[in-house]
Amino acid sequence: MTLLDARPEAPKPAPPPQPGRLVDLFEYGLDSPICLTWELTYACNLSCVHCLSSSGRRDPRELSTEECKAVIDELERMQVFYVNIGGGEPTVRSDFWELVDYATAHKVGVKFSTNGVKITPEVAQKLAGSDYVDVQISLDGATAEVNDYVRGPGSYATAMRAMQNMKDAGFTGFKISVVCTRQNIPQLDEFKAIADEYGAQLRLTRLRPSGRGADVWDELHPLPEQQRELYDWLVAHGEGVLTGDSFFHLSAYGSALPGLNLCGAGRVVCLIDPIGDVYACPFAIHDEFLAGNVRSEGGFQEVWRNSELFTRLRTPQSGGACTSCSFFDTCKGGCMAAKFFTGLPLDGPDPECVRGFGEEALEKRKMDGSIPKPDGDHSHSTVRGPRRDGRPIATGLITTKKRGIPITLSLTRPDRPPVSACEENPLAGFTPN
Amino acid sequence: MSRLNPDGVDLDTAWDLHPQVSVRPEPFGALLYHFGTRKLSFLKDRTLLAVVQSLASAPSVRVACETAGIAAADLPRYQQALGTLAQSSMVVERSS
Ligand code: SF4
Ligand code: SF4
Repeated sequence: MTLLDARPEAPKPAPPPQPGRLVDLFEYGLDSPICLTWELTYACNLSCVHCLSSSGRRDPRELSTEECKAVIDELERMQVFYVNIGGGEPTVRSDFWELVDYATAHKVGVKFSTNGVKITPEVAQKLAGSDYVDVQISLDGATAEVNDYVRGPGSYATAMRAMQNMKDAGFTGFKISVVCTRQNIPQLDEFKAIADEYGAQLRLTRLRPSGRGADVWDELHPLPEQQRELYDWLVAHGEGVLTGDSFFHLSAYGSALPGLNLCGAGRVVCLIDPIGDVYACPFAIHDEFLAGNVRSEGGFQEVWRNSELFTRLRTPQSGGACTSCSFFDTCKGGCMAAKFFTGLPLDGPDPECVRGFGEEALEKRKMDGSIPKPDGDHSHSTVRGPRRDGRPIATGLITTKKRGIPITLSLTRPDRPPVSACEENPLAGFTPN
Repeated sequence: MSRLNPDGVDLDTAWDLHPQVSVRPEPFGALLYHFGTRKLSFLKDRTLLAVVQSLASAPSVRVACETAGIAAADLPRYQQALGTLAQSSMVVERSS
């Protein structure tokens, strides 16, 4: 998501000069991304167990202030309307506010995701004064117990304090972003109450097995009956809650959730990471989805418009094993990244396929043990987190193993990723006509 | 938005893009982004884009459409499309 969890509208106009729907045209990609995520740093004050980018330590090769500004200049030239800035914890970069000011002065709007650590009353005041900045505070439990279980001790208090500061400063409509897990799905009503209390908007997104999320996915991802619960809750509360189109794979439960069925990866969505690497999607940090680097000749624009990977992602796709499923029209076989990092073929069902085909495939996969690991582990050397044996955390730290070398994959090449919408897709909520 | 009716904008009024709206041409037409409402809109064809871009300099919507080469029979559709854009404040009426 994005700023554009809000519903884009196409004015019903004009005799279409080209045949086909707008959505179909999007599959061929755009001159510039609509939804660009930029992770400014891998440094973070927290060590969330499910971090999609395995953040923790700063990468010494991080883009410098000047290099970041050059990227912003380029985004301005390409008319990228806004960027979603994340990390790591982006606000711990000492030039963070300088870069935000630089972007907005150059007509590149900013929405940044934060755990709230730097949102003091003064900062909240300043943010409330800008039309071009939006803020998304991460909260993964409606209570400290549930939140801190995944985000670490004290993180709930930090987020709540930031939200209070935002409210006091009169910044209404900031986002509270929740990654839905087995532990917090029973708290959906409580999350909604918190958002209402702070004048914020609730945003629910899907847990994906990306980054450290791969390590804990088996333990944290919602159970099948919880997926149903979530779907029913979304149908009941659809209007006021943003989902960034994360949950289109649940539409096989009944009527489709609003959204555009298009995997935006490399077509309307992409990621720039802290060292300038450009990936097809923020949830796909792996060599397979690396298109190039902003430091190379031609910069970001060259990567976006002409890289071999993005060109390939923009060719028409079909759904492989899912094509014969009666829900394929809305589900499209789910999320490319979720399949990739659980070791499933890209042209088969999503690991959380509501018809259960994903689970069957996962069982088979476990036997041959070929699960790709995300590239780049920036984790602090000790990470606290849920216990692998499933028992509750007592005290003390749990050390995660450093990742090994990626195992050779036995995957379908990603030349035909599923056509599906996604969390970072700005077209969320857009119903094509 | 006083001159909005079910048929769209009044063809004899003068309009402009909202000052907070940015237009980006794309192969299929264009994308419009409103920084104030944080909404995105799509223009599905280049002719509509030409109309939108000439609004500011044209004395009326009718003239902007004529300049873009729109046949009389097609006028209502463009009038309607501009009406949709007006509803989301992408275009605003100005005193001519
Ligand atoms: S079989 Fe494929 S298309 Fe059908 S519900 Fe499962 S993931 Fe979706
Ligand atoms: S569907 Fe998955 S892989 Fe595709 S853009 Fe969305 S999150 Fe990324």
